[in-house]
Amino acid sequence: MTDFRKSAFAAVLGMALSSSALVPMAIAADDTIKVGVLHSLSGTMAISETTLKDAMLMLIDEQNKKGGLLGKKLEAVVVDPASDWPLFAEKARELISTNEVSAVFGCWTSVSRKSVLPVFQELNSVLFYPVQYEGEESQRNVFYTGAAPNQQAIPAVDYLLKEESVKRWVLAGTDYVYPRTTNKILEAYLKSKGVADEDIMINYTPFGHSDWQTIVADIKNFGSAGKKTAVVSTINGDANVPFYKELANQGIEASDIPVVAFSVGEEELAGLDTGPLVGHLAAWNYFQSVEADANAKFIETWKARVGEKRVTNDPMEAHYIGFNMWVKAVEKAGTTESDAVIDALVGVEVPNLTGGTSVMLKNHHITKPVLIGEIQSDGQFEVVFETEGLVPGDAWSDFLPESKPLVADWTDPVNCGNYNTETKSCGGAAIQ
Amino acid sequence: MTILLRAIFAAILLFSSLHQAGADEAELRTIIAKFASVKKFTDTQSVINELAQSADAAAVPALKALADGELNILKSDGTVVITRKEGDGFVYSDPLSGETLGTAGKSDFRKVKIKNSIRRSIGGLLSSLTLGSTDPTVRLQAAEALFSKADPDALAQLDAAIADETSGDVRERMLQARAATVLAGDNDPEAKLQAIAVVSGRGDRKALAVLNAFAANENAELVAARQAAIDRVNDALASWQAVQNIWYGLSLGSVLLLAAIGLAITFGVMGVINMAHGEMVMLGAYTTFVVQEIIRTGYPGMFDYSLAIALPLAFLVAGAVGFALERGLIRHLYGRPLETLLATWGVSLILQQAVRSIFGPTNREVGNPSWMSGAYEVGGLVITANRLWIVVFCLVVFVTLLFVLKRTRFGLQMRAVTQNRAMASSMGIRTPMVDALTFALGSGIAGIAGVALSQIDNVSPNLGQGYIIDSFMVVVFGGVGNLWGTLVGAFTLGVANKFLEPYAGAVLAKILMLVFIILFIQRRPRGLFALRGRAVET
Repeated sequence: MTDFRKSAFAAVLGMALSSSALVPMAIAADDTIKVGVLHSLSGTMAISETTLKDAMLMLIDEQNKKGGLLGKKLEAVVVDPASDWPLFAEKARELISTNEVSAVFGCWTSVSRKSVLPVFQELNSVLFYPVQYEGEESQRNVFYTGAAPNQQAIPAVDYLLKEESVKRWVLAGTDYVYPRTTNKILEAYLKSKGVADEDIMINYTPFGHSDWQTIVADIKNFGSAGKKTAVVSTINGDANVPFYKELANQGIEASDIPVVAFSVGEEELAGLDTGPLVGHLAAWNYFQSVEADANAKFIETWKARVGEKRVTNDPMEAHYIGFNMWVKAVEKAGTTESDAVIDALVGVEVPNLTGGTSVMLKNHHITKPVLIGEIQSDGQFEVVFETEGLVPGDAWSDFLPESKPLVADWTDPVNCGNYNTETKSCGGAAIQ
Repeated sequence: MTILLRAIFAAILLFSSLHQAGADEAELRTIIAKFASVKKFTDTQSVINELAQSADAAAVPALKALADGELNILKSDGTVVITRKEGDGFVYSDPLSGETLGTAGKSDFRKVKIKNSIRRSIGGLLSSLTLGSTDPTVRLQAAEALFSKADPDALAQLDAAIADETSGDVRERMLQARAATVLAGDNDPEAKLQAIAVVSGRGDRKALAVLNAFAANENAELVAARQAAIDRVNDALASWQAVQNIWYGLSLGSVLLLAAIGLAITFGVMGVINMAHGEMVMLGAYTTFVVQEIIRTGYPGMFDYSLAIALPLAFLVAGAVGFALERGLIRHLYGRPLETLLATWGVSLILQQAVRSIFGPTNREVGNPSWMSGAYEVGGLVITANRLWIVVFCLVVFVTLLFVLKRTRFGLQMRAVTQNRAMASSMGIRTPMVDALTFALGSGIAGIAGVALSQIDNVSPNLGQGYIIDSFMVVVFGGVGNLWGTLVGAFTLGVANKFLEPYAGAVLAKILMLVFIILFIQRRPRGLFALRGRAVET
């Protein structure tokens, strides 16, 4: 009896542990170039990150079909950091030291990125980070292929200011670093546009918040001041479905109070009946519905691989761009050695999926078009606005006094992620 | 004779209406055909403006279709048509006559694109076109839309409509819409004073919006009247606010109660710290998804009954998993709370990952049946249908459970076993079986809760995690082993949370609740309704 209990206990504990520590899928071989994929396949973030793992495997397969890289085959090494931030750092170390990968594609939340930064610095490897984020960062070993605030939040607010003549603003977000920093930037920006203090309402909710009745009623209340009102939502992941359900049920229509979201894409809408949400907005750099040849081909390959019903989204495109940039840089450098690749990456141009060409900038961000889309009843977005030309990503926001004088430039002679143009020295304060 | 007269009358009417339509139809048709050549949103807007100029109600179906995204252009010959989804393809029809022209696939059409500003102008146009509709509810909606829009140009039209109106309710709405329009336009102060009184008589948020938007133009009398009206509406709303908070609290409490009630049995009655409780809720939600998926593909007409079908199935699925869990694992760990906690936590991870492997990590769509969509307005209170039904449902579940425990043989055995196991055993009750069934009952009820929660929350593998802490909180606060305690605990926490939230914000409100419970448990370790007696002492 005792034995059974012990073994049962050990088994359960073992299973619990193994679910958070999947054994790397690849076997070492010398004639391959290894690419690390660091996305959560279990835990709360699996909902968003699993798709990115699938996208990476697809991109690597496609590259191998084209003959690999430098005459070698590419090999994916997939690990599961299980939505556990310290585990991200451990797994990153494992990928770089044990599996000796040439580059890592991964992370979703800002906190996971922050947790792996020291590892990439210490072991001098390359990370491609594919998600829109709050900015205020630029590291030598990291390439940011998602949107910086000036490539998503600011243009979205501009659209509402101009096209919808919005006068009152609700900034609603989940309580963590991305929404807080983004809202800080937006608040400063709106005030610079002459919006009064009492016309801005800021609201934070915990992760996975599911009871939105009070907040939606507050928004309605705030909207009855006789001025056009809009909601800017940085609400994250799981909390969005109940939020939109409550909006629909309380009868807030997009033509009265539009909601523009920065974290709601095709994937998030998949769990929703979008009929009552038609017209609410999202700002991204890519939508599945964009009509472009590269996009049509990408969607076709994706659906053939994972199923007819699966959708594509913005972070997938970021990985598409990042991966192709890495491939080009490695070809240019003729080696996968980190320093050479990091130098080669700046200035690399690859086509994106919306018909343009994205460039890797000196600050390790890229140029992207900004698209505003309205939700349609089929769960897709329809583009209602597009910036003319591509917008270069700005690592340090110009709308925050503490980051205004900072620039990032990883080429000589500056070679610094936070160069202060006023004091002409490297090392400005990062806001937190 | 009367029949004959009526027939003649009808014929004349029909003829004249046909005649009229015939005269304008060609013109309308050319305007609508212009949708085929629009390039930009401004082009679309100018076509709509032309339709507005013609002011012909025959354009209503085309405009409605445009607003709903159902106005399409046939790629083959550029005809503008209204499409309706049927099976895998689309039936398309003429936008004016409504005559069916054929069927085609999605790729054969190009949609006339619109955006919010265009949607708004269509809404405004539709309301002025349908103000003379024969259906009073349509007229009511039109008047309501005109109230919010407050377009000064609509004044003459509203006056005409008010003169013709027969229904009292609709007339009242139209008068309010007229008042809002008067406030928006360039009218004399006397008329505006009256209008302020009419608008403030509504006493709701929309009235507040109209009053706030109205610029009083330094006319002292008007400024004072406007401010007084705003204060009056605000006062009325403030008293509704309290009622609304109580309702929101009850609604949150009902969700807490549903999530906790199964745990009140497995943890409260049996004393098993079941960390996999949330996953039983998740299994129930996924059962609902599977049922809806089968109905969607096979029997679309049955969709409104999907929840009724899912309920017993969710009970059985979660109950069976609970039964297996008790027989396979938990019975070996009775009396060892720490190990039970770890083992069931492990089980919860295994269940989550299993669901993730089978259904994928992304959210699954569980639809609301029609009777659970939308909202009812009672005075200043908005009651959403899904929340209302969940409150009703949780009370039904509670009463049923109480009945099972107090009035059935199984309930009697269950209580006997938990109160004095040795005595119950010697009376011939198969205590291990009662344990297993009790655990299955608790799990099954969690499964039922999952059906209800699928209506308001994500259906994802993480669904259960969000509820496990809250569930334990409710059971511990209410008093372990006492169903009434769970009921009172859930509603108290719900209402308290909702009263705190407007002042403290959602994040702080949650923290304050936890602090409050910790302090409360310090004072009363056994919760709100502590069990007394010898069974507890041992």
